[in-house]
Amino acid sequence: MDLFANLALGFDVAFSLTNLLYAFIGCLLGTLIGVLPGVGPLATIAMLLPATYALPPVSALIMLAGIFYGAQYGGSTTSILVNLPGEASSVVTVIDGFQMARKGQGGRALAASAIGSFFAGCAGTLVLAAFAAPLTQLAFKFGPAENFALMVLGLISAVVLASGSVIKAIAMTVLGLLLGLIGTDVNTGMTRFTMNKPELIDGIGFIVVAMGIYGYGEIINTLSQHRSERRVANTKISGLMPTRQELRRMFPAIFRGTALGSILGILPGSGAVMASFAAYTIEKKLPLTDGEVPLGQGNIRGVASPEAANNAAAQTSFIPLLTLGLPANAVMAMMVGAMMIHNIQPGPTVITSNPALFWGLIASMWIGNMMLVVLNLPLIGIWVKLLSVPYRWLFPSIVLFCAIGVYSTNNLTFDIWLVGIFGVLGYVFIKLDIESGPLLLGFILGPMMEENFRRALNLSRGNWSIFFTQPLSAGLLLAAFLVLVMLMMPAIKKKRAETFVED
Amino acid sequence: MIKNQRDFYSGALFVLVGGGFAVWSYLGYRIGTGLRMGPGYFPFALGILLAILGAIIAIKAQMDGSTGGTRIGAVAWRPLLLIIAANLLFGVAIGGLPSIGLPPMGLMVGIFVVTFVASLAGDEFQFVEVFLVSGVLAALSYLAFIVVLRLQIPVWPFFIAE
Repeated sequence: MDLFANLALGFDVAFSLTNLLYAFIGCLLGTLIGVLPGVGPLATIAMLLPATYALPPVSALIMLAGIFYGAQYGGSTTSILVNLPGEASSVVTVIDGFQMARKGQGGRALAASAIGSFFAGCAGTLVLAAFAAPLTQLAFKFGPAENFALMVLGLISAVVLASGSVIKAIAMTVLGLLLGLIGTDVNTGMTRFTMNKPELIDGIGFIVVAMGIYGYGEIINTLSQHRSERRVANTKISGLMPTRQELRRMFPAIFRGTALGSILGILPGSGAVMASFAAYTIEKKLPLTDGEVPLGQGNIRGVASPEAANNAAAQTSFIPLLTLGLPANAVMAMMVGAMMIHNIQPGPTVITSNPALFWGLIASMWIGNMMLVVLNLPLIGIWVKLLSVPYRWLFPSIVLFCAIGVYSTNNLTFDIWLVGIFGVLGYVFIKLDIESGPLLLGFILGPMMEENFRRALNLSRGNWSIFFTQPLSAGLLLAAFLVLVMLMMPAIKKKRAETFVED
Repeated sequence: MIKNQRDFYSGALFVLVGGGFAVWSYLGYRIGTGLRMGPGYFPFALGILLAILGAIIAIKAQMDGSTGGTRIGAVAWRPLLLIIAANLLFGVAIGGLPSIGLPPMGLMVGIFVVTFVASLAGDEFQFVEVFLVSGVLAALSYLAFIVVLRLQIPVWPFFIAE
């Protein structure tokens, strides 16, 4: 009952003709920019952020929500069509999505992704509305030790889902944590590892790391392959809507993905990424029906379920964000930054002190999500046209848009030098067969982990046992340990290797 | 004789970087104690952890029996150098190189430079085609980034803009 009263309040705030128009414009722009290859959701939001400056807070939020969904969807479109994941959570969508695009079913893959996202967004909104208040209470029980333990669990669980060697993935996580520490130490105000470069005081930008490793590293590797081995897209598109049989397979997958995403999204750190990986793993484990192609070879379930999980998690990740102040991923962190520009400070008190804003925000996310379906399902044909662009035109454009995106985030040429370094690193990682996803997660969580680690040890007067004597923290660390042990077990090791075989 | 080249060098890389961070934290910053943590405490611990993980990876690579598909293979120098060069030249075009007195040339020049240098990394370079692609990209970028988004990027070379 409360639930509906709250949502009604939110929609009351968010629904008006002008606001719907802003949602529409945001969504259109977000998709337009987000669909450009090499420009991930993060860069898109960063680039479009100035467009909202002049608006009143609620309208700005709604336009941002439109941009957020447009950018996400534009991002998955590019991922699917060009096999270039713009962010960690779309890595798995790409596996089957690109295979479908190759077979000329790119339109259906995009439709599956939009429908899955929309359904999950709606369900996630309801879950959020129902559980936000009670979970806020739980969140108040979380101290720094629990937060630290939770992040350890999040990072270790993310390793499960990375392909390749477990220990290499853990090492990459640690490397990411270290890179995240570059810049000013919040506690002492000292700058660390900056080599006296003023541009590094605020740390390395996430966009720089992501674009260098995913953008440039990938391009260099693709170009090093012979033309005949290259992943060339098939431009033949037969039908944009999934067939009735595909719909029947797709919807249960969307339900599973949504359920998984709603639960995992609550975990701060890597909720959306974990959700999409876990959803994919589950789909892969389920038996195939007659005539269904295996996962990894262009199965619609492999697109629908992770996309639904990703989106449901994006909704429920507002819970850790608004209660613990932990953004679930880099895109959410960006959204927080955007809100702060509009004088909205996300924090545990928002839900009680400013319910109109809290629920208005939730409602505007839903509106952005709906706008996406309204706008993008009819336009899928246009996005699919991107398939016919030959790679020799595309890769110089990707390099250009990466460079512009990196530069425009902070207007610093220094960032362009940095992204060059990360481009080389990205290629090195590919050559050494090291998965770079865990590095990005560690990179986001590095400063937060240190902060909580330090506070926990301050509370315990320097005694490390605090992590094991607090029941919640001990439980979370035990869970992380069990996950690790499971990973080391030969049987599971083998299963995992099978899951990630790409052919 | 290294049995698993990829893993061995991955491990070596982690040892090097982790060790580097640990030494840097130890020499450059106060480590402190658990109660009074200095800025070096957390990175020092992580650096040591990374170096240990790297050592395990490298040692395991030596004992690994498998040999297939673990070689690093040839480095694609041409795309590597040209793509990175294109990126760096874009920075030079936008910001200039004050150290040698080179003024900024702006976005438009930058777009042509990036497109031409990056295109050389491919194996199907055709001057006219690349020129057309550059032109389209320049027009699109001007419309999207300058007209619509109003990004603060110098557009024209210094001698036109002034």
